[in-house]
Amino acid sequence: MPRGGRLAPAGTGPTTRKSVWLTIIMALLAGYALLPLFWLVVNSTKTQRDLFSTFGLWFSGDFALWDNIVQTLTYDDGVFLRWFGNTLLYVVVGAGGATFLATLGGYALAKFDFPGKRAVFAVVLGAVAVPGAALAVPTFLMFSQMGLTNTPWSIILPSLISPFGLFLVWAFAVDAVPTEILEAARIDGAGEFRTFFTISARLLAPGFVTVLLFTIVATWNNYFLPLIMLSESTWYPLTVGLNAWNAQAATAGGEAIYNLVITGSLLTIVPIIVAFLFLQRYWQSGLAAGSVKQ
Amino acid sequence: MRKHSIIRWTGVAMAAALATSLAACAPSGSAEDVTGATADEIAAALQEESSITVWGWAPQLEPIVEAFEEKYPKIDVKLENVGTGNDHYTKLQNAIKAGTGAPDVAQVEYYALPQFALSGAFADLTGFGAGELEDQFTPSTWGSVSLNDGIYALPQDSGPMAMFYREDVFTNLGLEIPTTWDEYIAAGKAIHAANPDAYITNDVGDAGFTTSMIWQAGGNPYVVDGTTDVTVDFADEGSTKWADTWNQLVQEDLVAPISSWSDEWYQGLTDGSIATLVIGAWMPGNLESGVPDAAGTWRVAPMPTYEEGVAAAAENGGGGDAVLEQSENKLVAYGFLEFLNGEEGAAIHAANGGFPSTVADLESDEFLNYESDYFGGQKINEVLVQAAKDVVPGWSYLPFQTYANSIYGDTVGQAYASKSDLNEGLAAWQEATVKYGVEQGFTVNGE
Amino acid sequence: MTTTSIVTARRGPFMRRGGARWTGWLFLAPFMIVFLLVLVAPVVYSIYLSLFREQLIGGTSFVGLENYALALGDPKFWDSLGRVVIFLLVQVPIMLVIALAASLAIDSARLHLSSFFRIAIFLPYAVPAVVATLMWGFMYGTRFGLFGNITDAFGLDLPAPLSSNWVLASIGNIVTWEFVGYNMLIFYAALRVIPTDLYEAASLDGAGAFRTVWSIKIPAIRGAIVIAAIFSVIGSFQLFNEPNILKTLAPNAISTYFTPNMYAYNLSFSGQQFNYSAAIAIIMGLITVVIAYVVQLSGSRKVGRA
Repeated sequence: MPRGGRLAPAGTGPTTRKSVWLTIIMALLAGYALLPLFWLVVNSTKTQRDLFSTFGLWFSGDFALWDNIVQTLTYDDGVFLRWFGNTLLYVVVGAGGATFLATLGGYALAKFDFPGKRAVFAVVLGAVAVPGAALAVPTFLMFSQMGLTNTPWSIILPSLISPFGLFLVWAFAVDAVPTEILEAARIDGAGEFRTFFTISARLLAPGFVTVLLFTIVATWNNYFLPLIMLSESTWYPLTVGLNAWNAQAATAGGEAIYNLVITGSLLTIVPIIVAFLFLQRYWQSGLAAGSVKQ
Repeated sequence: MRKHSIIRWTGVAMAAALATSLAACAPSGSAEDVTGATADEIAAALQEESSITVWGWAPQLEPIVEAFEEKYPKIDVKLENVGTGNDHYTKLQNAIKAGTGAPDVAQVEYYALPQFALSGAFADLTGFGAGELEDQFTPSTWGSVSLNDGIYALPQDSGPMAMFYREDVFTNLGLEIPTTWDEYIAAGKAIHAANPDAYITNDVGDAGFTTSMIWQAGGNPYVVDGTTDVTVDFADEGSTKWADTWNQLVQEDLVAPISSWSDEWYQGLTDGSIATLVIGAWMPGNLESGVPDAAGTWRVAPMPTYEEGVAAAAENGGGGDAVLEQSENKLVAYGFLEFLNGEEGAAIHAANGGFPSTVADLESDEFLNYESDYFGGQKINEVLVQAAKDVVPGWSYLPFQTYANSIYGDTVGQAYASKSDLNEGLAAWQEATVKYGVEQGFTVNGE
Repeated sequence: MTTTSIVTARRGPFMRRGGARWTGWLFLAPFMIVFLLVLVAPVVYSIYLSLFREQLIGGTSFVGLENYALALGDPKFWDSLGRVVIFLLVQVPIMLVIALAASLAIDSARLHLSSFFRIAIFLPYAVPAVVATLMWGFMYGTRFGLFGNITDAFGLDLPAPLSSNWVLASIGNIVTWEFVGYNMLIFYAALRVIPTDLYEAASLDGAGAFRTVWSIKIPAIRGAIVIAAIFSVIGSFQLFNEPNILKTLAPNAISTYFTPNMYAYNLSFSGQQFNYSAAIAIIMGLITVVIAYVVQLSGSRKVGRA
């Protein structure tokens, strides 16, 4: 069985032939995706001095990656680490909460019949369709009256909502959680919430993980909202902090620290890669979902 | 079906109730309404335990705040960088509209000051004795903070314009350093002819640059009378003089179509393919840190003029600090402002790469005789201080300048992009600016 | 009303005994409460705001639907709307087709290094917008950038990516770059939960790879495709980050009313025309809902045919 493959690949029989052509085409796509990131890696090895005097897409000058990393972590009394911690807080509470709420809600929409269900789709879609940037001022004024601005809650509360996640779990749950299993559980006398946590949650894993990944990335890269809501740099997430560093060079007397902006960006992406690698094994649990059905 | 609609309506009603209750909390003025104090009262307030919040992005603020807290240990100053330029103004505007959450002191650039001052967001400092400080500052910066018989900020830095140039480029091509705009255009042609990838400068159109250039040309397109009467006229002599001159550079492809502060811009400044920058006097520090590889090749000269031998300059960038009307600790806020922008703060500011607005600092021997290694040992401040003295008087900005600047790209920028007549671009800018002013309830002349 | 037809096509919800018909709400309530607070309330507040006009001089007055009438006659608004419609019609199909093809390729188990491709193609989504602009700004540079190097090396005379005529395509490229991997993962995750018995039936029928893709895989993940399409439509109509950040590099090619969202944003942030801005946001919301609904409807109509 191929590594990472699954039991019954699409109609190609028990032994899957690898296709060189398909791999080459995908390699082109991957190259397109990675080229700008390659730029990021190359440039994070350069000093501020070499950044604008050497060719951008290849290594040259001093190899300063480690220096840059140390500088990034220690610049301005290590404020980068503080921003990193804030971002982590927003991600754990925001993305975790968003995924949880979306999974509960999506599951309800897929597996229960209840009054008002049809309206939910319309209301959620309708609210999402109004452009967010235009709502920034009304949202700010509301939060300001509630005393939420300039607190972590002003970032976390809006992050808790992932309409996309709700719809995605909804679509997943229809197929992934067979109604027969729920009925069987009910006949056994299990409560709805117990059934959800012991049986359904496991079956929903691939959908849950996908939503979690998206909400993690979305919270990790959340920029506009914190920019509007926060006025104290102590609560800044990485994105807003990096942008402040980036703007610093265009300020009279400001010290250009593009090397730190670039290295900081690279460091910002690393945890996402780690999260991805960690989460992706749960896609394999699609196997489990399949086997239960048999 | 009936149950469905109940659910829907509960939701909508909840939200509606929330919205109305919010609307009811309209922004209101803050607690105590202090409009003035004597020097003694301010000095006493500085000796009492209290705290103020300061919003600003200038890198010099941090050491100044430290020095202030050392001198007045009972005052706690919370310094916050909430963003640079527009991000900062957006947050300020939002907090002002919300009626709460604004800082006590805010950094503000000269061009944005009228907007906040005339709308009543900033406190008039006259009652605190700010008028007595006039002699400390250069006339052009003082002019920028005195509006409508009030003083709405104290100047921090200034940006008298000068021409920064690559000596190596001019020497290699055997070119004279231009002193008039005609010579500048000629040099631009020579540089571009010698190397089609090289340009005398970069310019894709920038509102701040354009207004400064018109300022230098003697133009006065914005006239503000009181708080509501505004005139916009980009057909005046100065504006036309600049546009006619700059038309030649743009239409003959003599300026690099590169945005300032971009990756390509830094590379151009490094390798000499951007040979000059006509920009504010705060630029040396940015060159030193952003373009370290070009050390020794840059020099500074007075900006070219329209008439040989008649010196003229303008301010480009720069700003001061203001006390917010929302502040509940105005005495301390003003006390901090006097420190920040007065002698002590100005000295720290200058030592940290800022270009001062205080006469004493500009005229000190130490400042004037400073030899910059980056500029090949040139006494750059002699040139820059002279520029400060040559600033053409009488300029003013609109009470809605940040909006006007934001639509520059839609109007003048289009003339840049299509290489058509900049005068027409300015006319379009005027039209859009006037339209906005009228919509906002101003009395606007200039249609 | 078939608003829930995405999911009711097959394996519908099971019927509940009378007393438990509100159980679903217990699951949905946490989401809906936060949702009302952070999304619905600002929308309602915006509707309220859109009925007023506030001037810098002269204060606030009730103007009824005047802001809406103004917006419908505003050439800048139509200009921006036209631009995102073009963007929608060109970029969304290209992106979704690439994403679907990539997810099918990875799911086919016929790739070498398939887990590498999965993360490589997804990674751009993880890049913060500020950084993405830094990178693409460099790539698009005509003089010192990668684009300049390529045109120089091959002696080509291509139009500048950030010139007025090409900037929309350049933005389309950035958006595609950012979101191909995102959509690919949605499709991939949906492919993972296709019941294996469907494949077994297909292989018993002797169906080839393409037929399996066409008649089993794609129909099976139709729900995910419709959702991805709806959100891509919404994303296109709300296009904001990329042009707004690129504006610093191309100030003249990207106007303040380049997209409806940018227009609304600039009206309220630069111009403090909160009321008019709110009216434009609400109109855009209505248009978006209608289009998204059409997409959803056409998505579910195919269900009937299949």
